[in-house]
Amino acid sequence: MAATKLDSMAGRACVLRGDDIDTDRIIPARFMKVISFDEVGEHAFEDDRLAAKGDHALDDEKYNGASILVVGRNFGCGSSREHAPQALMRFGFNAFLGASFAEIFAGNCTALGLICATLNEADLENLMGSVELDPDQQVTIDVEAQTVTSRSGQVPAAIPNGTRKQLLEGSWDATGILLEAADEVDSTAKRLPYFNGFTS
Amino acid sequence: MLFPRFRAVFQASPESIVTHDVPRNLFDKVWEAHRVRELPSGQTQLFIGTHLVHEVTSPQAFAMLRERNLPVRFPQRTFATVDHIIPTDSQLRPLSDPLAEAMMTELERNCRDHGIQLFDAASGAQGIVHVIGPEQGITQPGSTIACGDSHTSTHGAFGAIAFGIGTSQVRDLLATQCLAMARLQVRRIEVTGKLGPGVYAKDVTLDIIRRLGVQGGVGYAYEYAGPVLDAMNLEERMTVCNMSIEGGARCGYVNPDETTYEYLRGRPYAPQGDAFNRAVAWWRSMASEPGAHYDDVVRVPGEEVAPTVTWGINPGQSLAVDQTIPSLQDTPDEDRASVAEALEYMDFRAGAPIAGTPIDVAFIGSCTNGRISDLREAARVAKTGQVAEGVRALVVPGSQEVARQAEDEHLDEVFRAHGFEWREPGCSMCLAMNPDKLQGREVCASSSNRNFKGRQGSPTGRTLLMSPAMVAAAAIHGEVVDVREIL
Repeated sequence: MAATKLDSMAGRACVLRGDDIDTDRIIPARFMKVISFDEVGEHAFEDDRLAAKGDHALDDEKYNGASILVVGRNFGCGSSREHAPQALMRFGFNAFLGASFAEIFAGNCTALGLICATLNEADLENLMGSVELDPDQQVTIDVEAQTVTSRSGQVPAAIPNGTRKQLLEGSWDATGILLEAADEVDSTAKRLPYFNGFTS
Repeated sequence: MLFPRFRAVFQASPESIVTHDVPRNLFDKVWEAHRVRELPSGQTQLFIGTHLVHEVTSPQAFAMLRERNLPVRFPQRTFATVDHIIPTDSQLRPLSDPLAEAMMTELERNCRDHGIQLFDAASGAQGIVHVIGPEQGITQPGSTIACGDSHTSTHGAFGAIAFGIGTSQVRDLLATQCLAMARLQVRRIEVTGKLGPGVYAKDVTLDIIRRLGVQGGVGYAYEYAGPVLDAMNLEERMTVCNMSIEGGARCGYVNPDETTYEYLRGRPYAPQGDAFNRAVAWWRSMASEPGAHYDDVVRVPGEEVAPTVTWGINPGQSLAVDQTIPSLQDTPDEDRASVAEALEYMDFRAGAPIAGTPIDVAFIGSCTNGRISDLREAARVAKTGQVAEGVRALVVPGSQEVARQAEDEHLDEVFRAHGFEWREPGCSMCLAMNPDKLQGREVCASSSNRNFKGRQGSPTGRTLLMSPAMVAAAAIHGEVVDVREIL
């Protein structure tokens, strides 16, 4: 089950300011009463957008068609719901640049082939300012080199090593690679005394 | 360089007890015991002993399995329940909400098709996934546990390495009983001394999150230790481990000890007879050893922990009940935007005391605080008065077993007699995926785990997190009060 190799991506960006944006805000729980992910994109940030009465980054026409979401600190904290990155992916985002990401959110992104890369605070502020002034510019993320290039220049954009390799190798959909080691899985299970209820 | 400290010796003795020449912590032992292989990405293929499943994060994973024509690798190590969408007034089928009924039906079908044990309402053992795993004895020391739910860290109370995963990883786990994981660092958090009266496990975890921050734990497993944790029962340890994720840590654990083994003895899925004795020997061997290495150590004096209440929109925005809401001037630069956002959303005034804040709703329940000891403490406070006029107070037991036990002790009668509603088990108003929701700008004193904007079902609703005893006290007084003045 080889997935697409993701060595870079480029597109227009959208700036969503704020720290500690949790997954309940990204996709309120009432929209998780579904047995597929098909329609979650329609509800991305629904309550925040309603509260902002149109004055929300996702409703800002200047960001129409953006595929990179630029965020603050601890983005995606809270619940493990994959509905959050699914909603953002289905809304049109394929990559996230931020100061930091919650761990489960970042893991969920990787499993979907979405890039999460972190910038230092000064570079992030420059990038946000640049994109806000010139939202039509192309922003390029180089996964191999771990850089982001925009009109504000080229800066480092860190991706944890294991994740970076998964993206580069196209092994971010892990089922296939995990299935390969069937014998080793069996021997690991046998080695664990609890697996057979401590019968011997 | 892969963990050179732990490379020395790894071999199974006849009793499967691992011996080693360097003292190791529990996390490292469990990781080594469950490591299948290193992946080309540098991550570890980690074997997961127990997979817990609920109705919200699993249907898409089962659908992906069907698309790929893959079976469930170890259905006997996979256990399911229904908790998030289940109503707490009546659980009769069909459920009144057609969307909830569709999710329930889908879970039943998936469990039937794949031979997975489902703890549904008819089983008598239904409940919140993080309540029933422990009470059934499925949750055991030294094991790995995963579930499509961030509060899976709860199971760490037994000395398991337990963490939440997303739906694509639920698919991986169903298909392979494994996950691709990067190793975590380990931070030991020692809570020293002892807790004062009226101070609970919930206050300990809120205090830790405030000290270390909501993202302080990213990249870490938390080992909770020290005299305060040693003195806690398993339910209290579960409360502490449960909220590890609110501090950014994907998992948190307490080393297993005699309290743990006694809790497990005789539970339905725990080993019985001689097998239990063999289990205890192995469980004991998995605990952290004196002198083990930690990547970080933090000490929290137990005497400093006070009854704690959140005032803001993340679980780190909390204060002792006798303190005042922070002002922007007193807030460090990097937190100022968050504090301003929280003050605006909560419509609270900087400098005002949190005590005396009026509430509209009181919620006692959730995977954090919906167990029998939580209900006993809440009932003790409930007896001191009647729910204040205009306050809606809900008590939602964490499982059918908790409900039965509470009813045996007549706690349900205590709650009802004092103006509380006694409900059926489920996640309920912790995340409001069922009909239990806040309305409009209501303020809820809640024993749950998240005070995020909109978390309890109203996009403008407000949540104050606190211990179950503090929630009961707030229900009776109609405002936030210091439970120490009541007990």
